[in-house]
Amino acid sequence: MNKKRGILHSNVLYTIIAILIGFIIGAIFLAVANISPVEAYSKLLSSVVSKPKYWFWTLTYASPIILTGLSVAFSFRTGVFNIGAEGQFVVGSLAATIIGILVDVPAVIHIPLCILAAALAGCCWSLICGIMKVKKGIHEVLSFIMFNWIAYYLSNFAVNTQTLHKVGSGEATKDLLPSARLLFPKSVLTLTGCSAANAGIIIAIVLAVVVWVIIEKTTLGYKLKAVGFNKHAAQYGGIDSNKSILTALGISGALAGLGGAVQTMGMGGRLAQFASQEGYGFEGITVALIGGSNPIGVIFSGIFYGAMKYGGSKLTLINAPSEIINIIMGCVVIFIAIAHVFKELFLNISKKKEAK
Amino acid sequence: MERVSHMDPNTVVIEMKEIVKKFGDFTANDHINLKVHKGEVHAILGENGAGKSTLMNVLYGLYKPTSGSIFVNGKETEIASPRHAIDLGIGMVHQHFMLIQPFTVTENIILGVEPQKGIVVDKKLATQKVIEISERYGMKVDPNAKIEDISVGMQQRVEILKVLYRGADTLILDEPTASLTPQEIDELMEIIQNLTADGKSVILITHKLKEIKACSDNCTIIRQGKYINTVKVGDVSENDLAAMMVGREVNFHVEKKEQEPGAVALDIKDLHAKDYRGVEILKGLSLNVREGEIVGLAGVDGNGQTELVEILTGLKTAESGQITMAGKDAFNKTPKEVFDMGISSIPADRQKHGLVLEFSNEDNMILQHFEEAPFSNKGILDRKAIHAHATELMEKFDIRPRGSEVKPAGTLSGGNQQKVIIAREVTNDKELLIAVNPTRGLDVGAIEFVHKYIVEQRNKGRAILLVSFELDEIMSLSDRIEVIFDGQITGSVEGKNADEKELGFLMAGGKKHE
Repeated sequence: MNKKRGILHSNVLYTIIAILIGFIIGAIFLAVANISPVEAYSKLLSSVVSKPKYWFWTLTYASPIILTGLSVAFSFRTGVFNIGAEGQFVVGSLAATIIGILVDVPAVIHIPLCILAAALAGCCWSLICGIMKVKKGIHEVLSFIMFNWIAYYLSNFAVNTQTLHKVGSGEATKDLLPSARLLFPKSVLTLTGCSAANAGIIIAIVLAVVVWVIIEKTTLGYKLKAVGFNKHAAQYGGIDSNKSILTALGISGALAGLGGAVQTMGMGGRLAQFASQEGYGFEGITVALIGGSNPIGVIFSGIFYGAMKYGGSKLTLINAPSEIINIIMGCVVIFIAIAHVFKELFLNISKKKEAK
Repeated sequence: MERVSHMDPNTVVIEMKEIVKKFGDFTANDHINLKVHKGEVHAILGENGAGKSTLMNVLYGLYKPTSGSIFVNGKETEIASPRHAIDLGIGMVHQHFMLIQPFTVTENIILGVEPQKGIVVDKKLATQKVIEISERYGMKVDPNAKIEDISVGMQQRVEILKVLYRGADTLILDEPTASLTPQEIDELMEIIQNLTADGKSVILITHKLKEIKACSDNCTIIRQGKYINTVKVGDVSENDLAAMMVGREVNFHVEKKEQEPGAVALDIKDLHAKDYRGVEILKGLSLNVREGEIVGLAGVDGNGQTELVEILTGLKTAESGQITMAGKDAFNKTPKEVFDMGISSIPADRQKHGLVLEFSNEDNMILQHFEEAPFSNKGILDRKAIHAHATELMEKFDIRPRGSEVKPAGTLSGGNQQKVIIAREVTNDKELLIAVNPTRGLDVGAIEFVHKYIVEQRNKGRAILLVSFELDEIMSLSDRIEVIFDGQITGSVEGKNADEKELGFLMAGGKKHE
């Protein structure tokens, strides 16, 4: 009985319920659009799991959003709201692209250099908003949204400069030098059948563990959380709250920037001009929420989202709109947000049963 | 004022029978009985966490009882929601006021039950009704004042009016005097009298024995969730009540050995500071505290005490003046610097400054020390050491429930939250301890305990600055009492020669005549 109550208290259960409800609502929309939900969902499922090749594609799709998810989750845990992961992701990918194209050094130096540049870019991008918040009291949500657009146009501007633009290839930069790519060796690519399988997923998982350690095990995490939960008590306890807020935003920004690096150095290989915001940062918010702001949870929710994105792109094959994925994910987030309603409900039912 | 009972012993308005309320495996209320008559003031007495609030939340429809029955005016009723409770004539005034700050008194009172004229609120009628009720019960309020501009005492009257406006016949007052000044408490007692004279019943949740003696007919005692007894207040002494509440004899007298104070620890000279509005609030305050001495700072709230403490603890900067701690300059330093200099404090607002409520108890206990051994090593927290530290303090300072080291501090009762802070600060064992309203909202047992630790620190040669709105507390603990009025020290009295009347006179701005 205690075990049963443990399950009813666990957030994982409600996350799964929210996901199921998301799919049910998605099914209703599909049915309304005269598409068989059974057919669409089985297509979705088979496009993700039926072949090892698909698994690798799923992980490839998942890596950057795990990183933006970590970025947002870290900010949630430390009491700030990084809605600017989108912009940090963009400046991160831009930095990685610039170093990846213009610097010609062996891979052992080139890869770390690109990654570092991306992290630094994301970190600085976030810190600018952080400093405005700390010094002038400008709310970070506002400045972050503005900075998302600034990053967007900055990137589009950079893509079209002579140094980066590839002549005659449409609206994108030159390709990153092979020494700056995270792709697995050729043999692995042929073996898996996934032409973009790359080390991004390893970076993402390692960083998830690192973030978990920072939050749960270190004095830094203690400090950041204390300020996030109660700035006054933290200050009273001798913690410099402004410094903590900046540290939290800096780390969060660096993680989003790394997401950008993994995307361009992994799957992308070059930076294209955006027609609209790519959405990796906003997907990060969804991933963080589904993962319960827990870094380890974010790995799983990121892979889930990656699978949905990859599988969703195959839906057009059966004439189902891939936008259905967005509807499902949106519903999942709504139902996670109101998870406590279900929790109360189930706990009450279980209590009543016990009473009888 | 002599109290007149208005109780009608033949009319029972509320009866709760064998109420049991369980939260998981924890039994908050274990077969509790309560009978309230018309015109009666019925006190419910119990320690922090004894289950008083749970019982009242059951009556107010916030919790459903696990078993037991409730009778309202003789009819068995299942109270489903606060809305339902209000319809049954039961109203509750919570300890923490639930008022909308930028709204006026009238707007707050009529919220949700606005009288209407067509589709607009009939403000005139509302104001009239508010004035009418307030005059009937002798409650002075300004119906057009905004909540943010009025005193705590008046805010409470607004809460009571809110309940009366909704037609309550039984009023539940949860710790109504916790944040009131002595004068405001007297006024409240009078209001309670007027209410019962009009046939209303009042359930008073409190742990202040003096008030129970002063204004109630009967008293039901709850201890650790269990029903102990219901007694006629006239038949028992304060000591009897206290003993029933904590289950042992309670010592009201603070034992304090004679002791000569040592060297000056804290020295403040000519301190000037402005409050958050930029108005000068400290106007050349000078004060010192010596080792092995408890200095009580007496004064009515709002005379600069809060700002003084904030400046001393590094949370606020002063305009000018001098502060030295053990000879070292402590003027306008950061919280970390003053702490390292030897100033620790029990803050006035335990939920704002004292604790990170979302943090576990064990994490709260290392708030100033998380970066030091044994709690961390090279930036990595040592969970085992943190846990062991918490277990030890919980045992030593009797923090309940035991085994809640990893539970968030917000889940503890107010008294136990305060004990977490006391445990932390007393263990810090700094040269100076600033205690601000250290027993606010605590029960007799816990007060005795807190006082014991404060005196113990003094006996060890620590300097103590006690800031309290409870004159009784200041008088029983202090070696020296300094009176603060309008940002200055206006009088100094030796603790053992202190006289309540004289202090009251000084606190109101009177000058001392030698």
